[in-house]
Amino acid sequence: MLGEQIRSVIVEVIAQIVPDEDLSNLRGDIRIRDQIELDSMDFLDIIMELRKRYGIEVPEDDYIQMATLDGAVAYLEPRMAHL
Amino acid sequence: MVSLARIKDSKIEMANEQRIVITGVGLTAPNGNNLSEFRQNLLNGKAGIERIETHYMGEVLAGVCHFDPLKYQKKKELRRGTRAGSIAIYCANEAIAHSGLDLTTLDKSRIGVYLGITEHGNVETENEVYALKQYNYDVKYWSHHHNPRTVANNPAGEVTLNMGITGPHYTLGAACAAGNIGLIHGLQMLLLGEIDLAMGGGVSESIHTFGVFASFKNEGALASHPEPHRACRPFDRDRNGIVVSEGGCICILERLSDALRRSATIYGEIVGYAINSDAFDFILPHAPRQAECMRLALKKAGLSASDIDIISSHATGTQQGDPQECHAIREVFKESSHTYVNNTKSFIGHTMGAAGALELAGNLPSFNDHIVHPTINVANLDPQCAIPNMVINKPVEVDKIDYIVNNSFGMLGINSVVIVKRFDGQR
Repeated sequence: MLGEQIRSVIVEVIAQIVPDEDLSNLRGDIRIRDQIELDSMDFLDIIMELRKRYGIEVPEDDYIQMATLDGAVAYLEPRMAHL
Repeated sequence: MVSLARIKDSKIEMANEQRIVITGVGLTAPNGNNLSEFRQNLLNGKAGIERIETHYMGEVLAGVCHFDPLKYQKKKELRRGTRAGSIAIYCANEAIAHSGLDLTTLDKSRIGVYLGITEHGNVETENEVYALKQYNYDVKYWSHHHNPRTVANNPAGEVTLNMGITGPHYTLGAACAAGNIGLIHGLQMLLLGEIDLAMGGGVSESIHTFGVFASFKNEGALASHPEPHRACRPFDRDRNGIVVSEGGCICILERLSDALRRSATIYGEIVGYAINSDAFDFILPHAPRQAECMRLALKKAGLSASDIDIISSHATGTQQGDPQECHAIREVFKESSHTYVNNTKSFIGHTMGAAGALELAGNLPSFNDHIVHPTINVANLDPQCAIPNMVINKPVEVDKIDYIVNNSFGMLGINSVVIVKRFDGQR
């Protein structure tokens, strides 16, 4: 799975977690939580969904790297390359 | 010098602070999503039982509520919360709307939310375990939402989150007597001065757990019938058990003095109540303690049996349970020739923690329309259940309804009775 596909997957997962939010203008370089209503339990939902869908484990120490969309794509790209 | 009139007014005001009235009702039942729709269907004989699929058991009969949860919740709230929470949020918002109160003008730290529950957490736990099976029971797939969903205060807590209420909230676990007990507790907190407005009642999400159905089935107490609407048959000779239902009912309770000050519509005054225990059996009801509970409530209200116009019975449609309540009613009301007996479960099944509050609510409009709704689905009245003035299959019109007794009993032998009076000005 490549960068843009991964970005689509992340946005799709976020849409499932926060279905009331408009994600059409979500920017990649700004913290996701600064753009939409997304709390720590929602963030854990994203991590859980990646685990369930793709078997990907994101250790707690790496959560900071998932704060922006661009950061999440960069972090996940090597981990999802085989998919 | 203070005039006699002012002293009299002051005494009335003080007395009215000790009288608790119902000024709003929000509900969802398998046959109605507000009081007028619910009432109309009770008068029209329209039941609300259907077939649903449940884990491991396949098709079962259940009462399902069809309210729109998105009327008061965001999709995210729905995803995160519980069905009981969603039912409670719907009922609480509907109750406020029905009361004519504007929540934005109220001191939200002086509102208490007290909800009766039969059980809570079974649904969420069962479903989580069910989902975990596909991950070979690896608990790293267990939801981090499990704890907030299953804490016992969940349904009441979700109401406070949704409505921004900062006063006390909790649930009252009291098996199927809980709906009445939510009302009683709200009244008590108002009388103690702990709050200025109570949201009291009960909720149930029990149809979403297979365990409740399976347990009743293995007790020989789960109703079956080829026609779902006829499955719940209290007092009928051929009744064969309980129809499990979901539902909710929350009443706005206020001191009479506050209600009069804002010219609120008053749907009834709670004038008596009682709670006691059988100390007899885990599941079997016990007529002597049920009778005692009714007597205690009458005594608290300063009434005699002959003052009561309607008994809203608890009967669930089990072979063993219904005759016990009928025996208790016959004993307490033997001197009363005009007390009618009806039953709401015959329409909506057993809404468990909501039952007490919902069944009372369905009867409240009788103060104004002077009609006693019936118990339906009685083809052959069981002689053990024969009570004078049981309203069977068709409503009865009467000249006046002044007092309603609402029975609600539960497992482990908990009994609750609430008596509501037609509000007639200051008297």
